[in-house]
Amino acid sequence: MSDALTPTPPVEPPPPTEQDGVADELAEASAFDEALNLGAAEPEVTPEAEEDNRWREAAREILSGRLAVAFGAVILAFLVGSLLIVFTNSNVQAAMGGDGNFFSAAGSAIIDAYDALIRGSIWNWQGRNFNAQILPLTRTLRHATPLIAAGLGVAVTFKAGLFNIGGRGQMIFGAIGSGWLAFGLRDAGIPFPLHLLICIIGGMLAGALWGALAGFLKAKTGAHEVIVTIMLNFVAYHLLQYLLATPGLMQDPARFDPITPPIPGSARLPALYSDLNWGFVISLLLVAACWWLLNRSTAGFAFRAVGENPRAAKVAGINVARTTVIVFAVSGALIGFAGAHQVLDPASPGGFGDTIDGGIGFDAITVALLGGSSPVGVLFAGILFGAFRAGGVPMQAQVGVPAEIATIIQILIVMFIAAPPLVRAIFRLPQPSQAAKAKKDARKTQKTITKAARLTAKNNEEVVSE
Amino acid sequence: MSAVTAEPAVFGTEIVEHRIIEQRSFKLPIILTVVSVLLVVMLLLAPRAGYAVFRLAAETDYVSIPDVRVRGLLVAWICVGAAALLLPLAWHRAVTYRKLWPWAIALFALLALTAFLAWAGAGANGFWNVTALIVNAIAVAVPLVFGALGGVIGERSGVVNIAIEAQLLMAAFTGTVTASITNNPWAGLVAALAAGALVAALLGLLAITYKVDQIIVGVVLNVLVIGMTTFLWRAWLQPNSDVLNRVDGIQFDSVGIPGLNRIPIIGPALFNQNIIVYIMFIAVVAVWFGLYRTRWGLRTRAVGEHPKAADTVGIKVNRTRWVAVLLAGAVVGIGGASYTLMAGRVTGFDQEMTSGYGFIALAAVIFGKWNPVRAAFAGLLFGFAINLRIALPALNPGGPAIPPQFLLMVPYVVTLLAVAGLIGRSRAPAAVGSAYSVE
Repeated sequence: MSDALTPTPPVEPPPPTEQDGVADELAEASAFDEALNLGAAEPEVTPEAEEDNRWREAAREILSGRLAVAFGAVILAFLVGSLLIVFTNSNVQAAMGGDGNFFSAAGSAIIDAYDALIRGSIWNWQGRNFNAQILPLTRTLRHATPLIAAGLGVAVTFKAGLFNIGGRGQMIFGAIGSGWLAFGLRDAGIPFPLHLLICIIGGMLAGALWGALAGFLKAKTGAHEVIVTIMLNFVAYHLLQYLLATPGLMQDPARFDPITPPIPGSARLPALYSDLNWGFVISLLLVAACWWLLNRSTAGFAFRAVGENPRAAKVAGINVARTTVIVFAVSGALIGFAGAHQVLDPASPGGFGDTIDGGIGFDAITVALLGGSSPVGVLFAGILFGAFRAGGVPMQAQVGVPAEIATIIQILIVMFIAAPPLVRAIFRLPQPSQAAKAKKDARKTQKTITKAARLTAKNNEEVVSE
Repeated sequence: MSAVTAEPAVFGTEIVEHRIIEQRSFKLPIILTVVSVLLVVMLLLAPRAGYAVFRLAAETDYVSIPDVRVRGLLVAWICVGAAALLLPLAWHRAVTYRKLWPWAIALFALLALTAFLAWAGAGANGFWNVTALIVNAIAVAVPLVFGALGGVIGERSGVVNIAIEAQLLMAAFTGTVTASITNNPWAGLVAALAAGALVAALLGLLAITYKVDQIIVGVVLNVLVIGMTTFLWRAWLQPNSDVLNRVDGIQFDSVGIPGLNRIPIIGPALFNQNIIVYIMFIAVVAVWFGLYRTRWGLRTRAVGEHPKAADTVGIKVNRTRWVAVLLAGAVVGIGGASYTLMAGRVTGFDQEMTSGYGFIALAAVIFGKWNPVRAAFAGLLFGFAINLRIALPALNPGGPAIPPQFLLMVPYVVTLLAVAGLIGRSRAPAAVGSAYSVE
């Protein structure tokens, strides 16, 4: 779908004046690559030894690669989680006191907990019919929806070399914007899809506004965005508390506790299947839009250029300050959608209170980290974290393991993935060799040069056509 | 801002006068003017009739001072007027390239605060207990000050610590459980200290040794510790709260310093305090002395400003950072212990009981310009604002003079203004946030 929207790269070679230089560079890069290839192998080897070497090299590359580290991280995280389950289980404690077999008690404690987690998040094989069996999966995707949107928001700032810890504040603003429009326009008689659309857009705009404020402060005063966004989180939180506690602003006139009036049906996201609503489809569209924005659009190129090297971007004519503000506005809009979703979700009836962000603003950071800041990665990371959120509560209810075990496992996964050398050290995996790293860097350089050549060609074409 | 003058330098035979670089800074007079205008607007738009009562004395004082009962609005106007008299002085000093004296700033702050309290207390059912305001502000500020001190040590060595929250929470948890089991608050304090250092060790392992981005490590540690403590609280502490999560019998009592504790106002505030508060006073001085007057402090600051230069002269950068981070964690740990081990705290450990104070401590670090003494004062100021949020509705049950939520915003808004360069200039240590590796 994105290909249709993107200007196709030119098929014919770029004009000769530019081509020469680029071609030279390309040749140079590939020569460099080849030199490294040769350098990696031992000189003068027999074919068998070479074969053996290649296998070892391949094994080494796999074991030191990202996938092995991710796999190791997941194993480690579940291992720590299992230990926590075992040592807080009453049967196990009884067994340790000499009342039963320790290992069978520990084993059944772990199996019971993870069994409940899976039944609460993916597939409930104890369900009476298909609907009951599939219900956990729809809950997972429902929880994943805001995580994906907010995770995309954080990923966008990561790509631009910025850090948005302001997810909480931007979500709260998204909730304020969409919530106010939802119950404020209740009696205006706006029909269903239009009212919903207004609320979603209002939420995204409010989030974008709060995000852009952080970007503006960063761009204009040089204040560090991490500090700014943390402070703005709390300002937004206390502002929401004020709005909720003040009659005539956002407090339900019929109630005394800090909660908004109920969200009318005309502003609710329609149900898709069971607990799942159309918000999930919107989040999928946002994934595609983000992919296009980051990888195929000029604005996205500017984002990444600023992220790679702001000074070089400035020299290349990119307005770094403006880009910073735009990045934060886009990020805030995406996170604002997460806030709007929480307000307009049909599965949570009534109005909302000051816990509307539900920790998603912070989880979004870990989703973006786990997803490697790529939109597709964020999609899968969001679904995984959604599963943890969906499965945690039933696990606590059924087997008495606190739901926080899910939080602990997911944050440990992120922690281990963020520190690949740690995981490699624990599992005694090989650290990536210098040669392999240099090879990878060279490949990356070549890719960048190719891309630059294409862009130059495109620009030239535009100049010619004008 | 600064006036650099030097001896005339002699080049050959002629005497060259050094150029004098002078800067004018209008930030302070602008801020004072804005505050004055805001106060005037507040008094004009929302006048409050009636009397305000200030209680200055406690029963134990040497001399008994009667309650001061004044017309609130009148006193407020007088204080604003007196504060406004300082404005021409502030502008004059700025125009003539000089700094305003600290006493003038302190006087302005005192007048502005009195004006606010007189206005807010006008016509109230209750009275302002000035002693209690200060005592409670200090009690609220204890974790903030310890958190800020730890933050300063870490950041001065070049390690950003946004996991102060995690250290406070872990220390509060460990301190409570240990003190409950051993029935000894000192054991709890030591355990809290160790718990703060343990979280710091994770920070050091990931951020210094494995060179993971320090901000990411901070975020991860916060989530991890919140998850871990809440998990254990649910699984262990809740079912066995009478054994593992006690309050009575495990708290430090307040200890009066004989002779000094009966001085009006400052006696109860400074000399009739909890042991942890005394430790806090000592810690502020000790951290200041350590950072600015010892070889260790010089090396720590050098590593935070220019690690490569420090490395060149033989300072082991990462080892220095490790020491600083562990020490900082232990300092924050004492603050965490204060959540349950101080007399007057009524609940045991509760899930997420630090409720974002670690981030206010971070704000105090920045507002205090990475200086331990200033950061401690920033922590006290924030503690005062937070405490007002409790004191204000208690004063006016019919409806507080100002929405308490806005008082809770004070630390964050003030810090935003500070990092944006509107209140002085907050400059972080140059190398803060970046891992160091020898190439």
